[in-house]
Amino acid sequence: MNSSIKDISKQIKYNKYSILLPTYNEVENLPIIIWLIIKYMDESNLQYEIIVIDDGSPDGTFAMAIQLQNLYGKDKIVLRPRTKKMGLGTAYIHGIKYSTGSFIVIMDADLSHHPKFIPRMIKKQKLYDYDIVTGTRYCGKGGVYGWDFRRKLISRGANFITQIMLRPGVTDLTGSFRLYKKNVLEELIKSSVSKGYVFQMEIIVRARQLYYTIGEVPISFVDRVYGESKLGSSEIIQFIKGLLYLFATI
Amino acid sequence: MRMTKLMEWILVGLLVLSSWIAVLIGKPNYANLNWYYKWFPVIFIFLFAVYAVITVLYRVFTFNNCKAAAIELQNQIKEARADLESKGISFKKQL
Ligand SMILES: Nc1nc2c(ncn2[C@@H]2O[C@H](COP(=O)(O)OP(=O)(O)OP(=O)(O)O)[C@@H](O)[C@H]2O)c(=O)[nH]1
Ligand SMILES: [Mg+2]
Repeated sequence: MNSSIKDISKQIKYNKYSILLPTYNEVENLPIIIWLIIKYMDESNLQYEIIVIDDGSPDGTFAMAIQLQNLYGKDKIVLRPRTKKMGLGTAYIHGIKYSTGSFIVIMDADLSHHPKFIPRMIKKQKLYDYDIVTGTRYCGKGGVYGWDFRRKLISRGANFITQIMLRPGVTDLTGSFRLYKKNVLEELIKSSVSKGYVFQMEIIVRARQLYYTIGEVPISFVDRVYGESKLGSSEIIQFIKGLLYLFATI
Repeated sequence: MRMTKLMEWILVGLLVLSSWIAVLIGKPNYANLNWYYKWFPVIFIFLFAVYAVITVLYRVFTFNNCKAAAIELQNQIKEARADLESKGISFKKQL
C-alpha cells in the first residue's frame, strides 16, 4: 500500500507537460508568454516542453521563436512550424503529434491566458485525478479585462443559452485554456468534427458525454494587448450553428 | 442509444404540453376556468424570458473586472522584455 502511494507520487513528480502555443502574428507576445511560462513552471518545479506551432506568420514570429529556442534550449522550446495558416484545430493536432508529455496544456499565445494559472490547473488535476481541467471566466475569481458592454453581453448571453440548451456541467465552454490528459485529448479530437472555437465547445461537451471528469480553475482573461482582436458577426453565426449542431447530436 | 439534447427537449415539451391539454379537457366547465389555466404556455414563456433577461444583465454587470490582473501583466511585460533583452533577444519594436 505504502509503496504504491510512493509510486504514484513519483509518477506525478515526473509527469511531463506539453504546452501547445499556436501562433499567428504574435511576434510581440511570443517572447513574453514563453518567459512567463518558464518562470511559473520552473518556480513550481514542473517538467515541461513548449511546442510552438507557427503558421508562417508574416510578422516574423518564427524568427523570434528561433531566438528563444537558442536561449532556452531545444528540449524546452520545440518548434513545429507549418508553411501556411491552416487554422487552430489542425494546429493542435499537429502539436500533439510531436508532444512527449503525458499531459497537454492548450492556451492562446496572445497573453489573454496568463501562465500563472498552469500550476494551479496541474495542482487541481493531481488532487482529483481529473481527465481535464478547464479555465473559467465565469465563476469564482474568474473574469475579464478590456471588454466593453457589447462583448460582455454577447459572452454572457451566449453562455446562458448554452447552459440551458446543453446543460454541460461546465461553466466556460468556449474558453480554450485547458489541461488535458494526453490520451483523453486524442480521443476527444477523434470524436469531434467542429472547427474554430466551436471546437473547444464540442470537445468539452463530448468529454461529459464520455464520462470524463472535468475540474475548473477560475482565470482572469485579459484582452490581447498587442495585435488585433476580433469578434464579428461571423463569429456569432459560427457559434449559433455550432450550438445547434451540438444540441441535435449530443 | 442515448437521447440527444434535442430529443430530451422535445420529450419534456410534449409531456408538459399534453399535461396542460389534459387539465383543460379534464375540467367540466371550460368557460369558468381561471384565465391562467388557458394562458399557461404564454405565461410560462413570458416569465422565462423575464428570468433570462434579468439573469443575463445581472451577470453582465457583475462580470469580474480584472484590473489588477491587467496591471500585473503590464508590469511583467516590462520585466520580461528587460530580462530577455539582457540575454540577447532582439525585439522588433522598441517600447
Ligand atoms: N498556428 C496557428 N495559430 C493560430 C491560427 N489562428 C489563430 N492562432 C493563434 O491562436 C491563438 C488564439 O487566436 P486569437 O486570434 O487570439 O483568437 P481569439 O482569442 O478568439 O480572438 P482575439 O479576440 O483576437 O484574441 C493565438 O495564439 C493565435 O496566434 C492559425 O490559423 N494557426
Ligand atoms: Mg485571443
